[in-house]
Formats: sequence, structure tokens, C-alpha cells
Amino acid sequence: MNLKELYQEIILEHGKNPRNLRKTNNFNKDAKGNNPLCGDNVHVYLKLNNQRKVEDISFEGSGCAISMASASIMTDLIKGKSDNEAKEIIDDFLGMIKENPELKSSILEEDDKTKLMCLSGVKQYPMRVKCATLSWHTLISAMEDDGKQVSTED
Amino acid sequence: MNINTIKKEFPIFDEKIQNNDLVYLDSANSSQKPKVVIDRINEFYTKEFSNVGRSIHYLAVAATNLYENTRISVQKYINAKDKNEIVFTKGATEALNLVANTLGQKYLNEGDEILLTELEHHSNYVPWHYLRKSKNIKINFAEINEYGEIPIENIEKKITSKTKIIAINHLSNVTGAILPIKEITEIAHSKGIIVVVDGCQGAPHLKLDMQDLDCDFYAISCHKMYGPTGLGILYGKKKWLEELPPYQGGGGMIKEVKKDRITYGDLPNKYEAGTMATAQVIAFDKSIKFLESIGIENIIKHEKELIEYGQEILKKNNSVKLIGNPKNKGGVLSFTIEGVHPHDIATILDEDGVAIRAGHHCCQILHDKLAIPASARASVGVYNTKSDFDQLNDSINKCKKIFDLK
Repeated sequence: MNLKELYQEIILEHGKNPRNLRKTNNFNKDAKGNNPLCGDNVHVYLKLNNQRKVEDISFEGSGCAISMASASIMTDLIKGKSDNEAKEIIDDFLGMIKENPELKSSILEEDDKTKLMCLSGVKQYPMRVKCATLSWHTLISAMEDDGKQVSTED
Repeated sequence: MNINTIKKEFPIFDEKIQNNDLVYLDSANSSQKPKVVIDRINEFYTKEFSNVGRSIHYLAVAATNLYENTRISVQKYINAKDKNEIVFTKGATEALNLVANTLGQKYLNEGDEILLTELEHHSNYVPWHYLRKSKNIKINFAEINEYGEIPIENIEKKITSKTKIIAINHLSNVTGAILPIKEITEIAHSKGIIVVVDGCQGAPHLKLDMQDLDCDFYAISCHKMYGPTGLGILYGKKKWLEELPPYQGGGGMIKEVKKDRITYGDLPNKYEAGTMATAQVIAFDKSIKFLESIGIENIIKHEKELIEYGQEILKKNNSVKLIGNPKNKGGVLSFTIEGVHPHDIATILDEDGVAIRAGHHCCQILHDKLAIPASARASVGVYNTKSDFDQLNDSINKCKKIFDLK
């Protein structure tokens, strides 16, 4: 195990200064997620326009450096994408955290991939995987408008 | 037994944890087990195993005697008046559910009130919460003061003519505050209020005298008392256990079963339905003997010294903020570090073999009150030493370095 791999500069920086930590004006989709075991919570807001493009995405909540950085990077990457592109990125990220060594999606620029791969350090820390994935699962719930509250313990 | 050699009794400290010596500061969560307890489980299954209280063959009778011996040891250890006031459960959680459920059925009516405190663990809140719906009762919370304690006045303030039960912890698993159970019970009883104590943190670290405390119920978690998991104890005054209805139905708890009627067994069988955690009960006798061999006065003194030392060291660390500062404090130190989330603290400490707990410690009400989502907690047991806190402080400094704090 290697703490340096878990707490890379990008993670610490995004954790300290999370992007899009606010509430989107006139959002039309949202969902809440929480991790009951540790008390982390996140609320993701989304504004999809008529062309099914993510005009704005933001989040509110509190959590560890990993979960804040993950939500911050996620909102940065999803903004401006179509809903189908967003779904592809989400699947790619969750696939990478779960089992894939690399990100596969061609939508992502190399820079974006580097940022996301910074979160791969959690793979060595099974208890921390949930911290990295909570906001992503919550985004899925918001996009699907299923009205369910996401919980890491379901 | 010399307190300095106690650590040697615990085989886990011979292990390397991720290449580190283990610095175990998570005893409020669960304590480690001395060799005598581990060996007793093995020995019982190897040489003496049988179910208890049923068959009449040699092994069954011997196992039953061992099982009942533990009941007597517990009775003596907590100074209960009668051995039948000791009920074995699957944990303190089940003990508290048993009390809430049976008291709720028999004694509570619509509009009645139960008084808890803001320090309660979820297991001394959720079972009472069920009664909000089923019985339409109200739950009130006595507030903490600035030190993270519950002064008696804060309890008295919340008592009304409708208060039927006060359910409180003995020692807070977050702030470490020790509650004045005896005084609270005196006030409660003068108003005809039943007192239920969540003794999970009190039992391993404080002197227990049920007749002196005079509370009506006291729940104990055995795995926090250097004993096996899967076992708890409910102490209940005999008059209550006799009057209250049974909790779970099944084998062992009945007197007579007919197609049209059932009568229930006498205490303590009435509350011990089904095959119990037999090996755990029998091994728990060794936990009691272990505690007795050290002496609770020595344990209290040792843990007080440790926690004072820990407090002193962490107070000097300018990034650390301690949670609560009760005058009468048990072996729990909860803290936050400005700019580092407790989970990140726990992961970084773990890398050095320092085991602490991070989260809300099953006390969301308290964390909401303190307006923090989570905290980090170091808690002690008999095996801890001052050097454990030195290591804790060094590892905290490592956190600060990673997060670039001064």
C-alpha cells in the first residue's frame, strides 16, 4: 500500500478546493447520496437542456478528501457533455475503479483521463472505494430521475 | 497482575499488522481478547461441547453447570442481588431491544414520554424510536453542555409528568463523559420513572454495583469487556423481569406448550429462547476472571493516567481539536483536525499500524449537535501504554504533513 498513490497532489488540491461545490440555479434533476457508515453525504444537481446536454452540474455535501475530490473532478468532466456521453464516462470510471486497469472511453481527453486515474489509488484500500464512487452513483440516480436516495450500504 | 505485563496476555500484539506493531486505540469499538478467553473457547469445543439446559447426558450436565457458573460470576462482578437478574443476549443491542420492546408493550401508553440524552448510541435510541409509531409515545433528549457532559439539571429539566422511562448511557463513546447514574436514578425513582442504562462503555471501564446504582436495567456488551463477540448481558431487577412479557419465543423459554395455551418458563430461561451462545458464555467467565485478576481500581487508575497523558499530548498539537472536556471522563478521546476529514486521518494512521475509529460512532444526534459530520476517536483498554499516544501523535503529524498543515 502506498499513501502517496492515494493522496496524490490533484486529489489533495481538489479536496481542498472542490470545483462546482454549490447549488445549480434552476436545476432540473438532482439526487442525494449518503454513506451511513461514515456519515458522508452528497447532493448532486444537474441542468439538462433541450438537447439533452449537461448545461450545468454541481454538488453540495461533505466528506473526506477522496470523496470531495472525486465529486469535484466528476462535475468538471461531465459539464458540457450530452447525457449519453456522461453515462459512458460514468461507466468507464466505475469500471476502472472496480476492475479495469485503464479508462477506455474515447470521449475523455488524455488530461481528463490522468485526473480520473488519480483516483485509482483507492483500489488498494477497499474501505475507501465507496468514498470515490458515492458521487458517481448519485449522479446516475439524478440522471435516471428515479427518486431513490443512493446509499453505499444498499 | 502487573498492569505493565498485561499486554503480553493478548496474542494479537505478537502479530505484525501490515509490517507494523499494532497500536490498538479502538477498544470502545471492541476490545482485543486475552489468551485465556481464546483458549477457553477452543477447549470447550474440543473437549466439553454439548448444548445446555436440555439433555441429561454427562456432557450436557457439565456444560450447563459451566454456563450457569458464568451467570453467577457476572452476578458477583456487577453485584446484582440475584443470579436470575442476569440474562444472556446476543449483544447489548439485543438487551436494549428486549427492554424497549417489553416495557413498551406492558407499560407505555399513548402520549407517554421517554427521556434519552444527546449522547446516546443508536442502539439506545432506535429501539425506543420504534415505540413512537407502535405506541404513539414521545421521545425527549436531555442536552449536553459545553464540556460534552450531561449535568443532572439537564435531565431534570426534561422530566415531565408524562416521563415513564429514562434511558441513558453510563459512559459516552464519543466525549467520554461519565454520567451520574446513581443520582439520576434517585431522582427518577422519586418520580416513579424507570431507569435503563446502556452500559456498553461503562462495564469494561468502571466499577459496577447494580445494588448501589439502583437502576432498573443495565445492558452490557461482552466483546468490549475482553470477551467473545455474539454475547451481551441484560441486568434487570427481578420484579421487572418477572412482570414483563417474554421477548422472543422458542425452545427453552417455555414451561408448557398445548394446542390452546402456552405458559412460560421461570427466570432466566424466560428470556433465553433457543440455543444460546454457549461457548461464548462459558469463555466469558475467563474475561471476568481476567478483569478481577487486575482489579477494577487498577484498571480505572491506569486508563485515567493514559487518557490524561493523551489529552495533554493532543492539546499541544495545534491542529487537533478535542471533542468534549468532561470533568469525569472515561478512556475515550475524540478529535478532529481542521482541514483533514476523519476518514483520511484513519487511513493515514492505519498505515503506521495505529487503529482508531473514524465516523459518527453511531452517534449522529451528537455529531449533528456539534455540527460536525464525523470525528476521529482513540479509545483505550487495559493493554494500552503511554507510548501508544506518542505514536498516535507522530502519525497525526504525518497526516498534517500530507495535507500540508502547519
